[in-house]
Amino acid sequence: MMLHLVNLLTAILLLLGAGFALVGSIGLARLPDIFTRLHGPTKASTLGVGAILLASILFFSAREGLTLHEFLVSLFLFLSAPVSAHLIARAAIHRRCKSICGAPEDP
Amino acid sequence: MTVRSNWLPHPLLSLALLGLWLLLNNSAAPGHLVLGTLLGLLIPVFSRRFWPEATPLVRPGLAFRFALQVVWDIIVANFAVARIVLGPAEAVRPAFVRVPLDVQGDFALTALLSVISLTPGTVSAQIDEERRFLLVHALSSLDSATLAQQIKTRYEAPIKEIFAC
Repeated sequence: MMLHLVNLLTAILLLLGAGFALVGSIGLARLPDIFTRLHGPTKASTLGVGAILLASILFFSAREGLTLHEFLVSLFLFLSAPVSAHLIARAAIHRRCKSICGAPEDP
Repeated sequence: MTVRSNWLPHPLLSLALLGLWLLLNNSAAPGHLVLGTLLGLLIPVFSRRFWPEATPLVRPGLAFRFALQVVWDIIVANFAVARIVLGPAEAVRPAFVRVPLDVQGDFALTALLSVISLTPGTVSAQIDEERRFLLVHALSSLDSATLAQQIKTRYEAPIKEIFAC
């Protein structure tokens, strides 16, 4: 009974995570310029991966005792995703990439 | 400098390293506790030159509450961004917003920029040399003044308090 509940929750979390990863990818393909495209991967994929990792924690904790090292994956992802997004945005501004809301004035 | 600060220059970093080691090994067995403590003590001493500032976290309780709020905002942000991405193309009304900065200090700025990039429809894009303005790219901006104000009160103020700068 308990295991069924865990399986159900795992499945829901996996579907949710996969759905958000899909939305992030659709955003990457559909949005018009490099700056708007940055929004897909920085957000949609963090929650997508987060939900999949939660599913992994739940699944393996129910079978082999508490495992938590998935938290490290999400921690490193949360640390690295904003930094890479910031660097890409900086590079895009520097190279004057086309933007649909006009170029930013020089700060 | 006292003996304590020579041998334990960054107590928080030591604790974080111990936690990291236990998580990496996925075990809290006594052997790993000892090894992790040893690493937590040795790594900050040997890498002291890379940490010129002391870890300036002064309000751990507030930091924890702030972290929970940020996680909640990330979840909300994901639904908002999903709606914009899947909705009609006219819903995408991006804009660059300039936010005047009050916080200084490497830790606080890194935290603020990361939080902005992770939450509702905003990515931090550029920061000027003197650290006076932050350029934020918003996916669908209501109006830039409101957004700048929101970032300042919701994220900058708590970070300023947490790192005391």
